[in-house]
Amino acid sequence: MRHAFLVRIGPVGFRIGSDWRAPIADLETLYRDYPKPQDGVPDFTVRLFARRPWRRIVRPSVEIGGDYMLPEAAPLPLRQGLLAAEMAMNLQMALGARRYLLLHASAVERDGRALLMTGISGAGKSTLATLLAAKGWRFMGDEFALLDPLTGLIHAFPRLVSLKNAAIAAAEAAWPDARMGPLMPATPKGDIRHMVPDARAIAAMDTPAVPALLVFPRYGFDAETRPVPPAEAFVRMTQASTNYVALGEAGFRALTGLIADVPSVAIDYPDGARAIEQVEALWAAL
Amino acid sequence: MNDARILARALTDPASIVGLDGDGWTALLAMARAEQLIGTLAMRLDGLPLPGAVTAILADARAAAEHGRRAALWEAEMARRALSAVDCPVILLKGTAFVAAGLSAGQGRAIGDLDILVPRASIGAVETALLAAGWEWVKPDPYDDVYYRRWMHELPPLIHRERDRMIDVHHTILPLTARITPDAAALIEGSVALEKGLRTLSPNGMLIHAAAHLFADGDLAGGLRNLWDIHCLVNEFGTQDLDAEARRHGLQREVSRSLRLVAAVFGDRPAHGLDRLYLRRITARDDWGRPIRPITRLAFYVRSHWLRMPPAMLIRHLWTKWRKA
Repeated sequence: MRHAFLVRIGPVGFRIGSDWRAPIADLETLYRDYPKPQDGVPDFTVRLFARRPWRRIVRPSVEIGGDYMLPEAAPLPLRQGLLAAEMAMNLQMALGARRYLLLHASAVERDGRALLMTGISGAGKSTLATLLAAKGWRFMGDEFALLDPLTGLIHAFPRLVSLKNAAIAAAEAAWPDARMGPLMPATPKGDIRHMVPDARAIAAMDTPAVPALLVFPRYGFDAETRPVPPAEAFVRMTQASTNYVALGEAGFRALTGLIADVPSVAIDYPDGARAIEQVEALWAAL
Repeated sequence: MNDARILARALTDPASIVGLDGDGWTALLAMARAEQLIGTLAMRLDGLPLPGAVTAILADARAAAEHGRRAALWEAEMARRALSAVDCPVILLKGTAFVAAGLSAGQGRAIGDLDILVPRASIGAVETALLAAGWEWVKPDPYDDVYYRRWMHELPPLIHRERDRMIDVHHTILPLTARITPDAAALIEGSVALEKGLRTLSPNGMLIHAAAHLFADGDLAGGLRNLWDIHCLVNEFGTQDLDAEARRHGLQREVSRSLRLVAAVFGDRPAHGLDRLYLRRITARDDWGRPIRPITRLAFYVRSHWLRMPPAMLIRHLWTKWRKA
């Protein structure tokens, strides 16, 4: 491909190729402090390409491809090329990853122990992870937490934080010095802006953590906390994992192990500040 | 070499990977994924000293293939149970047959749908039994449905509503519209029993089916993987009486071509004449796992339709499909 970029995020190496310079330039800037894939061999290849040669120039339209593809993935306009790259990397992980059980969760770490937050899109897992990281937690990732079936440890996957709509301002306020990608208004998921995780998150990304607490946050309700029974937590997490079925027995063992080892709690929260208090209180009571 | 011949070489001669750099490995792995041969490659390279990143990637591929093998065998068992009351032989085809029979062609192989062959006279009873056991029709379009039933070598594909796995029920190995009409009864007659009532084709039957599938049907998509199957079958069983049996099914040309191409792609025999065009098509894959050589691909796509139906029928079919699109 005309333009290419290699990067390692946590334990996962990527090669991203593009028909256009712009998305690669964004990736080079935003991932400049990240290492290259181990041995120069990425785990996954991602391709951003024009379906027809003229679509490179005329109304450029970015198709998403790679080792693993979804036939119905819609193309994005070139100004959203960075989003296309991030989506394509996530897609490779979701469809191809086998080494780790992928939990669709954000993760932060303190004292070697990980707090996992999972929920539907809009529940606030990205925002909460960003806000907690501003309070001294180590940011491990806002999209996937990687559960190692052999050790039960959580590995970090601190790719760019994908901030959406109101979360953009909240994160900018919490992280005034953070480096930000271009603001992409009116994407399929609303306004999106990517934030580079802080230096500590990148420096420590090869250090796994012991899972200690699983939280199911829900934004927009009066503050409330309730324990989630293991059976419910297990079923919710099977739905929150993209490769649970593909891992077979290893996935089942990893997930039942996680649920047995850590308490699961649902929290409803009206705003970020209140959620942080609730999480800190739960953590202190562990 | 900027095409999938580097993948073919790695499969036949695993030692050829010695000295690959990061870019070389990256290209090889991308091609292997695109050709659905990464599991096979992982099995072939198992035990060799490899860079750490490659070891980890290939270990994942082996685990995925093992999971796929188990799922395929389970699906075959589900079909066996569903069809136990139907009094007819049930013959596993392609990937599931290779793993069920423990053949080298099955090692690391990616397996998608479950393909079975049953006698044409039993097809109605087989369909009824599968529908009763939870399979459902996939094609909602009445034209497609009628087309399959009237002209194809298989039922319209069925998918299991709970396990989300597809089954293709064949009654012969080429579409009824094709100019070649293999003797399905003879293939069934020659089939070999596995344990618990399922069957596979005879070794020569498997080879003839693979050659028919590759060269008399379709546009050679997945050609490298299918050719690898043939390579493995030939290595394991040899080619005794193959020519005579192929002649009986009208597939002598396809079978000889498959043997020549195995020698060209996985050996060091050069391809001559038309075979070179097939070779170009089968290895049309670049370092990024992208399909290349669009004109060759298009030519084989057109050819696949030409082989499948007589011209008047093809025009009628394309017209109907175009109007519906």
